[in-house]
Amino acid sequence: MHKHKSNPILDAKLDAVSLSIKQSIKNLDSFTHVRGESLYVDDVNIRQGTFHAVVFDAPKAHGHIKHIDYSKAEALEGVERIFTYKDIPGKNQIGGIIPDEPLFAEDDIHFWGMPIALIVAESEFIARKARALIEIDIEELPVITTAKQAKAKGSFINAPRSFSLGDSEKAFKDCEYVFEGETFSNGQEHLYIEAQGAYAEPLENGNIKITSSTQGPTAVQKTIAQVLGVAMHKIEVDVTRLGGGFGGKEDQATPWAVMTALATFHLNQSVKLILNRHDDLRMTGKRHPYESTYKIGLSKDLKIMAYEVEFLQNSGAAADLSPAIAERTLFHATNSYFVPHVKTTVISCKTNLPPNTAFRGFGGPQGMFVIESAIAKAASEIGVPARVIQEANLLDENDTFSYGQVAKKVEAKNTWSSATELFNITLLEQEVETFNANNSNFKKGLALMPITFGISFTNTPMNHARALVHIYLDGSIGISTAAVEMGQGVNTKMMQIASEVFSIPIEKIKIETTNTTRVANTSPSAASSTADLNGKATLKACKTLLKRLISVASEDLNISEEHIQLKDEYVYTHGEKSNLSWTELISKTMLKRVALTENAHYATPEIHFDKTKEKGHPFAYHVYGTAIIIVTVDCTRGTYEFDAVKIVHDYGKSMSEGIDLGQVEGALAQGIGWMTMEEIAYNDEGRLLSNALSTYKIPDLFSVPKEVEVLPVKTDGHELAILKSKAVGEPPLMYGIGAYFALQNAIRAFNPKYDLKFHAPMTPEKVLMSLYENK
Amino acid sequence: MITFILNNKTISTSEHSGMTLLDFVRYEQRLTGTKIGCREGDCGACTVLVGTLENDHIDYQSITSCISPLGNVHGKHIVTVEGTNLQNKLTTAQEAMKANYATQCGFCTPGFVVALTGFALSNSEKNYTNALNAISGNICRCTGYKAIEKATQQMVETLKNYKTDSDFNWLIENGFIPDYFKTITKRLQDLEVKDKEQSEGKFVSGGTDLYVQQADYLTDNPVHLIARKNFLKGISIENGICTIGTNSTVSDLWNHQEVNTYFPNLKKHLKLVSSEQIRNMASFGGNLVNASPIGDMTIFFLALNSDIEIMDYNGNERSLPLKKFYHGYKNFDLKEGELLKAIRFKLPSNGSIFNFEKVCKRTHLDIASVNSAIHMSVDNNNFTETHISIGGVAAIPKYLHNTSQFLIGKSLSPETIIKASKVLQDEISPISDVRGSSDYKRLLARQLFFAHFTTLFPETFTINDFIEHA
Repeated sequence: MHKHKSNPILDAKLDAVSLSIKQSIKNLDSFTHVRGESLYVDDVNIRQGTFHAVVFDAPKAHGHIKHIDYSKAEALEGVERIFTYKDIPGKNQIGGIIPDEPLFAEDDIHFWGMPIALIVAESEFIARKARALIEIDIEELPVITTAKQAKAKGSFINAPRSFSLGDSEKAFKDCEYVFEGETFSNGQEHLYIEAQGAYAEPLENGNIKITSSTQGPTAVQKTIAQVLGVAMHKIEVDVTRLGGGFGGKEDQATPWAVMTALATFHLNQSVKLILNRHDDLRMTGKRHPYESTYKIGLSKDLKIMAYEVEFLQNSGAAADLSPAIAERTLFHATNSYFVPHVKTTVISCKTNLPPNTAFRGFGGPQGMFVIESAIAKAASEIGVPARVIQEANLLDENDTFSYGQVAKKVEAKNTWSSATELFNITLLEQEVETFNANNSNFKKGLALMPITFGISFTNTPMNHARALVHIYLDGSIGISTAAVEMGQGVNTKMMQIASEVFSIPIEKIKIETTNTTRVANTSPSAASSTADLNGKATLKACKTLLKRLISVASEDLNISEEHIQLKDEYVYTHGEKSNLSWTELISKTMLKRVALTENAHYATPEIHFDKTKEKGHPFAYHVYGTAIIIVTVDCTRGTYEFDAVKIVHDYGKSMSEGIDLGQVEGALAQGIGWMTMEEIAYNDEGRLLSNALSTYKIPDLFSVPKEVEVLPVKTDGHELAILKSKAVGEPPLMYGIGAYFALQNAIRAFNPKYDLKFHAPMTPEKVLMSLYENK
Repeated sequence: MITFILNNKTISTSEHSGMTLLDFVRYEQRLTGTKIGCREGDCGACTVLVGTLENDHIDYQSITSCISPLGNVHGKHIVTVEGTNLQNKLTTAQEAMKANYATQCGFCTPGFVVALTGFALSNSEKNYTNALNAISGNICRCTGYKAIEKATQQMVETLKNYKTDSDFNWLIENGFIPDYFKTITKRLQDLEVKDKEQSEGKFVSGGTDLYVQQADYLTDNPVHLIARKNFLKGISIENGICTIGTNSTVSDLWNHQEVNTYFPNLKKHLKLVSSEQIRNMASFGGNLVNASPIGDMTIFFLALNSDIEIMDYNGNERSLPLKKFYHGYKNFDLKEGELLKAIRFKLPSNGSIFNFEKVCKRTHLDIASVNSAIHMSVDNNNFTETHISIGGVAAIPKYLHNTSQFLIGKSLSPETIIKASKVLQDEISPISDVRGSSDYKRLLARQLFFAHFTTLFPETFTINDFIEHA
């Protein structure tokens, strides 16, 4: 680890972090991961005679299907059958929030890559060969690719939503400074390394079991039932684990699972569909691009008095999760700042792109990018560093968010001052200045990025989970929850909870696959709250079992319950170890015919939100943090390297420090990727140009920051977080937004004539053009 | 029959040689630890090791099995992640990944483990930089790599006491690989490897371009594999002339000690070309006949004013300057049945200097927006010989005749270089595409031209010397 010669306090803190991470619990899935023995959907053993499928999709973005000729494809040896909407016994409908999305196109196509048919054959190779033989005749219709075009044409997903606080119109009149501007943030491809896929197998009585790479097994089950026109109990969905999700498999894992189920329904044979990378990139939605206009007003002492913003969300051709994502944009439109007069509006615009979908941050990052842009613009115009405005407006205890929730246990100022003091911002800024004064080929830029992110599904009814805990006769434990393991370490956290409650080694605990027959009617693993919701349910189930076990021990040892505890696989009485071991206690419990299974339900308390008023208390709590980002720009080539990212993050009381740090580092890299090199490109006809890993670049080993230092802020944690360990999946992604502003500051050091632009991502192309703009 | 050793098992298969190694391993052998991420060699999830018998030693290299034809493994030892596993405990690479939280979803992990194990087995010096290069072709979407860096560091620590020996005893004793590895040399020597009868199909060397573009075709049609053995392989230097067999890989050049003395920045340049896995497979001939206007090695050899030698089935040979090889987009002077045999060029010598530049969205493992190379001699502050090439700004990889000519006889000064950059602008005709707008490529072409001089003469020029007057 980097040593700071002048800063022994910081070194001591960083050393303490490394030490506690060394000692913290490892991801318990890593044993099979590193040996290549973990099972993903494409690794599950398939039955003899399994068919393989490939999706035939729209080769244009918008149009009317005049004719499709499948005859050559059907005639190809090895092709079993081709399924279209005509083969759907139930409803040709997969829309989750709004029923506006068919599984297969009927008469019209609405985006390039829209599924039209499923080719089922003896091998994937044959199916792909057959796909090339399908002839389609399309009458093309005008194509909308941007939100602005959609707005001009009145093409929307649903009605706009607006949040407001105070009276912004009036407040602007009293402002010393008022600035307006436009911003754009592009989409982002999830690029889970494991592509979308599902495997369906027929059971008795027309029942079907689907192994799906989904974050939302219940959504898959419900949608299959709807499309097949059968009861939900006929459909079993099992999820082993995901090779990455990031939101891309929350809603959009569903169609592929439905297609395999449909084929299995008709053929009564197993069917497997794994998208190849090109198909996945072309057919699935991404993070939403946003075009936004803002107006910001500041007082003389740089307080943000008023802020108005209109977000145009490029939702794609169907609603998918867009309305919920739009809502979260409004929730996070003011990021970590208190603004007394706010008016925010979001319009979900219907375009001819694949339906855009959930992606880590879920609309929050897009909202935050705009206010950070507005602050950068104001700072530049007024002639102060952006950080002065940022710091002057940080949230305080009891400040009210635009949606009515009163901020409690706020750590915005705490993380900010910890970051600037511990990492010595004055010195860092001096170093940047000195470097820039002495170098003409390279320039450095620095930016700060505070974050505030609300934890809970903003749709209050979704905040629940269940856990099914079995203690087996030999004292080993099996736990089923709704949590889907996709790398976030939720399996490990669930095991930690049971291990702590029963005081038994983690090896005695197993986390089962996520299966709709064991835990039903679940919310997806999303919104950073998987560990909180499922962990609280697991905790509840374990505590109930513990109570039962203690009662058995009490009876057996004839000692009252309050003097009994379980410790290190033994019953302790009055704090002393007894002869009764964990396994013996389990046997005795069984002999007494006391249940060793418990099913617990947890629903987050306190939260509510009234959509008619757009006010309420939607979040269990908020996560806070502050990042300092430093970049070096090569002013000859327009390329750049991030020297360092220094973060003070609010973990609460982290229950798994190594796992949580991994979430921070991974999210940060993804956020920086979104702001820098990851560039989605569609042409005017709606065809995806960034359609392969050779044209869509995500961060590699050499492009992530050279140094990442993360310090925890000391807090008491939050009661609604599992074991006071706060949610960590999404919030750190937004530290990456600082990358954009660090780059911009470096560009300005080289080219003072550069006009600030807020058009992410800041690719090497844009950097070079900016370095030489007006020069 | 294709005969090889897969992990600890000898395989003889009559599967089609054009099938990808990945499909064979995953679906014919049910070794599902090797993952499918992109099938384009761009993510490394399918990384396996190829062990080649060199005298009494096995030389291990990592490759991406998704763009590797099965036929190329004939006579080799292939190691998948399962083949690195020890009974009931983790290998040193695996333990380092686990201890440092370097695996989250786990999907890319086997690729990293195999690449790191390959590094331990390889001939490269056991330092941290080389270890990172070994995993340069592995993409992870979860961790942000910092944990993977720590794991790599931990492994390199363990390798400090590494002792090389032909049977890999040290690595076995220190838990890097299972002990069956010590039997492999003998088993490969004993393997009955008859030279495979080659069909009259498409010529395929490493496959790194062809399998990206037409994997389905190659899986279904006869292929003529030429990567095997020493056919058209080898790098030789005689009287200041370097001859490279077109079947040599980029790694062959990387590892060539003598060539490295002529190009002190060779590794830095080649690191920009591709990941280690791809460098281990990609042939120079393939790069030249792919005829991409942005082919890195083509640009490299163009600036060296290389000649190429061409042969046909009947043994007829001809040679021509590389700069005359390309006629239009993907159109070049090679007839049916002809094959590139060698590339020949004069090495940089007294006073002549060489530089290569490449800019893309992602510095490594990406296709250039613009790339450029220069080879020049300056005497008495005057250009005496210059060859400049540039990619991504025309339908062909471009040799800049006019710009090169313009500089000769002129003084090495900002004025000359600025004037030459204007000549350059007249020689190029970039188009807008996914790699950048035409305006950007024009600007970048100018900047990379300047970069040659700020890089080669860092004491003399800064970028400001050129742009303030440009």
